[in-house]
Amino acid sequence: MTALRYAVSDAGVLAVRSLKRIPRQPDLLTGYTIQPVMFVLLFVYVFGGAIQTPGYEDYADFLLPGIIVQTMAFGGFVTALGLSEDLRKGLVDRFRSLPMARSAVLTGRTFADIALNALSLAVMIAVGLVVGFAFSSSPLEVVAGIGLMLLIGYAFSWIFAFIGLIVSSPESANAFGFILIFPLTFASSAFVPPESMPDWLQTFAADINPFSTMVDAARALFVGGPAGNDVWGATLWCLGLIAVFSTLAVHRYRRAVTR
Amino acid sequence: MDGGGSNHGAPPSNRPAIETEGLCKSYKDVQALRSVDLRVEPGTVLGLLGPNGAGKTTAVRILTTLLPPTGGSARVAGLDVVADAAALRAKIGLAGQYAAVDENLTGTENLEMVGRLYHIGRAESRGRARELLERFDLTDAGERLVRTYSGGMRRRLDLAAALVARPPVLFLDEPTTGLDPRSRIGLWETIEDRVAAGTTVLLTTQYLDEADRLADRIAVIDHGSVIAEGSSDDLKGRLGGERLEVTLEDRSQAEAGVTALSEICREPPSVEDGIVRVPVRRHQGVIAEAVRRLDAEGVGIDDIVVRRPTLDDVFLTLTGRPPEPEDGDQEQATGEHAIEREPIG
Ligand SMILES: Nc1ncnc2c1ncn2[C@@H]1O[C@H](COP(=O)(O)OP(=O)(O)O)[C@@H](O)[C@H]1O
Ligand SMILES: [Mg+2]
Repeated sequence: MTALRYAVSDAGVLAVRSLKRIPRQPDLLTGYTIQPVMFVLLFVYVFGGAIQTPGYEDYADFLLPGIIVQTMAFGGFVTALGLSEDLRKGLVDRFRSLPMARSAVLTGRTFADIALNALSLAVMIAVGLVVGFAFSSSPLEVVAGIGLMLLIGYAFSWIFAFIGLIVSSPESANAFGFILIFPLTFASSAFVPPESMPDWLQTFAADINPFSTMVDAARALFVGGPAGNDVWGATLWCLGLIAVFSTLAVHRYRRAVTR
Repeated sequence: MDGGGSNHGAPPSNRPAIETEGLCKSYKDVQALRSVDLRVEPGTVLGLLGPNGAGKTTAVRILTTLLPPTGGSARVAGLDVVADAAALRAKIGLAGQYAAVDENLTGTENLEMVGRLYHIGRAESRGRARELLERFDLTDAGERLVRTYSGGMRRRLDLAAALVARPPVLFLDEPTTGLDPRSRIGLWETIEDRVAAGTTVLLTTQYLDEADRLADRIAVIDHGSVIAEGSSDDLKGRLGGERLEVTLEDRSQAEAGVTALSEICREPPSVEDGIVRVPVRRHQGVIAEAVRRLDAEGVGIDDIVVRRPTLDDVFLTLTGRPPEPEDGDQEQATGEHAIEREPIG
């Protein structure tokens, strides 16, 4: 019982630690606010005119759910950077010598990511509304959609936590994240309809890539796109990713030593 | 400690605060520790003295539950470092070889965070943080981000973090490496305070004078084995203590020089290349005394210096060979600044 209480309070202490650094590292803040805004504007105004999205009046309606999912997926990136830096600077040694919960360093960081993702989400929705996006689902669905977006972000935070613990430097965490996740987000239904892709890619983008499931779920909840089983599928994917990667990351953390 | 009581530093009576038996650690192809036996009585300081690569950090990591040993056993504060690791962490403080502090927090925030993670409570953590910042001369910097700190300040903050919970057993891995002389003395005093209050300390060092000043007992470690163990006086006895080295203006006066200095010798002096080497007991004024005596006998002096035994000397004496640090680290070279402290190793 006390173990659980400490697990929560220790994670809280470390989440606060992670959040405090946000305003102190302006480049980080930029990554969560200006960058997604830039992406929305570039896609809407540069590609918007050229991309056909049958069934959507406005490209902004098609794009915003996709770009939100992509941003959520990368939100946990600071966790990889931060953990890899904690390892390098010896902080992980200090934490591991303290009588704190073994999970707290990781849950603290992933919790802090939720707050950051919420910030990005708010900024993107605001900008989306300005450039022509409109919710066309029930308020309840919008709320559920926001919850699902944060869940997606949380799941990817655990993937990044694991990456941060296995790579040898923040720089390789960077490379790892980009090579692994960036292509996945593009070979999906996030930015263009998969029907416009070559057959082999279309199969992957439409039927296999879990990213598309998440994006389609976001569309269903935000603009009332065809839902099918996407919302449940996306939720299951997230829970599965969290289960697998939190286990892997905690296991790895227990044995981690400063390099 | 709130809740934990203040009966700290008192593991069940007469049990050593730190005890290892046949402790071994091998990495893939390196045997970092080969059957190390240590025993540290409660309220005393053990200095683990050895050159780079000797296995000091490995020993500290095992004793602070960061690494599992590959052989043997170790108990700290009566708790097994493997089986009772979780309970043990509440009783130890660690300052690792490199400062482990969060750059994006202030000094105060760093210490409060560590206090919270020791579960000593928010108010208590805050009080201790303030107290320690003052103790380590960081009060003015307490509200500044650590990324603006100098290396020495980070080091001091790191040590303060190890003390936040006033743990009964402290592990300090090369605590004064990189500190300026004033901070070094400040740190020594802090450690002495903690020891006076009953804390047990294991500190590693490459500096004989540090071990000499702080440690009740010294264990000399080389290539993963303890090659000598005893009080500072025991070891110095084996090392031959300090020597006075007099370079004569005129080599032919060697005989006269030896006669002049015979009364301040501990052992018979030796002469080589016009240099008279005189083992002396450590005391103030030995140079003045020697100069007076040589002058009275009309022996001209080119140079005169007191050399303290260095780890090189320890190794020469104990192993018959000089130490061979294997490393990439730039360790301060063993110099000839005789009166200054000499880095060893
Ligand atoms: N993670 C590791 N993997 C392989 N060898 C290591 C590792 N850590 C330390 N060693 C080796 O173990 C030996 C002892 O290292 P260490 O305990 O750091 O010595 P010291 O602290 O006395 O300088 C050295 O030969 C070092 O190279
Ligand atoms: Mg070391």
